[in-house]
Amino acid sequence: MSETVEGVSALIIQKLLSNPKVPRDINGDCKIMEDLAFDSLAVMNFVMEVEDSLDVSVPLDKLADIRTINDLAACVVDLKSKG
Amino acid sequence: MASLFSKYEGLAGSLSAVVAAGGRNPFAVVIEKPLSSTVGVIEGRETLLFGTNNYLGLSQSEHAIKAAQAAAAACGVGTTGSRIANGTQSLHRQLERKIADFFRRRDAMVFSTGYQANLGMISALAGKDDYLLLDADSHASIYDGSRLSAAQVIRFRHNDPDDLYKRIKRLDAPDAAKLVVVEGIYSMTGNVAPVAEFAAVKKETGAYLLVDEAHSFGVLGEHGRGSAEAEGVEADVDFIVGTFSKSLGTVGGYCVSDHPELELVRLNCRPYMFTASLPPEVIAATSAALDEMQAHPELRTRLMENAARLHAGFVRLGLNASQRVSPVIAVTLETVEQAIPMWNRLLELGVYVNLSLPPATPDSRPLLRCSVMATHTAAQIDQALEIFRQAAEDCNVPLSAKETAV
Ligand SMILES: Cc1ncc(COP(=O)(O)O)c(C=O)c1O
Repeated sequence: MSETVEGVSALIIQKLLSNPKVPRDINGDCKIMEDLAFDSLAVMNFVMEVEDSLDVSVPLDKLADIRTINDLAACVVDLKSKG
Repeated sequence: MASLFSKYEGLAGSLSAVVAAGGRNPFAVVIEKPLSSTVGVIEGRETLLFGTNNYLGLSQSEHAIKAAQAAAAACGVGTTGSRIANGTQSLHRQLERKIADFFRRRDAMVFSTGYQANLGMISALAGKDDYLLLDADSHASIYDGSRLSAAQVIRFRHNDPDDLYKRIKRLDAPDAAKLVVVEGIYSMTGNVAPVAEFAAVKKETGAYLLVDEAHSFGVLGEHGRGSAEAEGVEADVDFIVGTFSKSLGTVGGYCVSDHPELELVRLNCRPYMFTASLPPEVIAATSAALDEMQAHPELRTRLMENAARLHAGFVRLGLNASQRVSPVIAVTLETVEQAIPMWNRLLELGVYVNLSLPPATPDSRPLLRCSVMATHTAAQIDQALEIFRQAAEDCNVPLSAKETAV
């Protein structure tokens, strides 16, 4: 797989922006819970959508280390390279 | 220096907003005295109980009360020890045999609560090299079990066997052991799992299946064995977990299985090993309540009739009730600003239900969660419905007469 963190991050941002409640000025360094005001359930539901659009499995224990959009992108790239 | 409680600031704000919006703390209701299974005294008023999960009314069973009294007199009030040390008396083994026989299974483990049964079974079964697949709307005890386990945890979309199948395939790990966990009836919404379809996915993928029948034990199936019995797929369910705290009216949890390794799980299950076992009076009352449940299948018929009556009433009023008729009926409101005053008004007018606020609800809308009992009378249900109508009117909650029942 040749996905880059930048590419995946851009895709995640695009997905987030399709939700009208998400602030318009987000970037890869935004913290998902604090800056986007996602609660834990919203984070898990969003990760499920990312799993489907990128065809990847993101185990829940990985979420403990993820704070920013770029963290999530890096995690996805890492999981895909192992897959 | 940092305060341990700075992380509570958000919660403190949310709680004061809830109290300010309705006048009382909905999470600190005190039942001053239960008068029967269906009526309790709250704030000095006789209040209809429609939120106690006491589906068959057995918390007030005469037979169970007498059994508890006799057991306490004969064996004392506590075991002072773990099941694997001094905490197993003959009564505990007898109850395990009885539960296993009821479910027609090889063996049963009895835990101190249903919460611990999920915590214990899930963490003991799913190890480091295994996968756990959880329904997205799983109960907290299932999520907590997954955190105590070292397995990789994947969520699938609620009640969606096709989504489960897709996610198992996506793992691309045909040799890894996989445990799928679903609930018979979901506690917040009353949704019933399509267990037969989950069983088909389990067979096709070679996974194991655990069904938490917490709210469906004693409720679904001809004999009350739950959703797996109701759908005729008990042979495909590897583990059934459940609780005594709902249809049996006592406290405690269990797991039944045909897998002979259950005997070994007892020695590798922290929530079973590192806590005191249930006291004799609870074991005796549970055993008596199970006898009552088996002797009175008409309780189940009445429960379902009552659920249908309450559900039809909500539909008639134009409230947005759960689609499926089950003893858990959630009324969904659009906003928290509607739900909090309405819940308070219901209590003032004499009906207790559970208030569930997001994010503890599946779709970010608040719920007035009702649970029905076999022991409710038709008159009590009709009175509760009239109080719902009045409360909705008093709180300006719109009643749009849309038919949502299927
Ligand atoms: C689905 C589900 N599983 C497990 C439990 C835990 O049961 P207990 O009250 O025995 O701890 C509950 C209830 O709280 C539940 O709703």
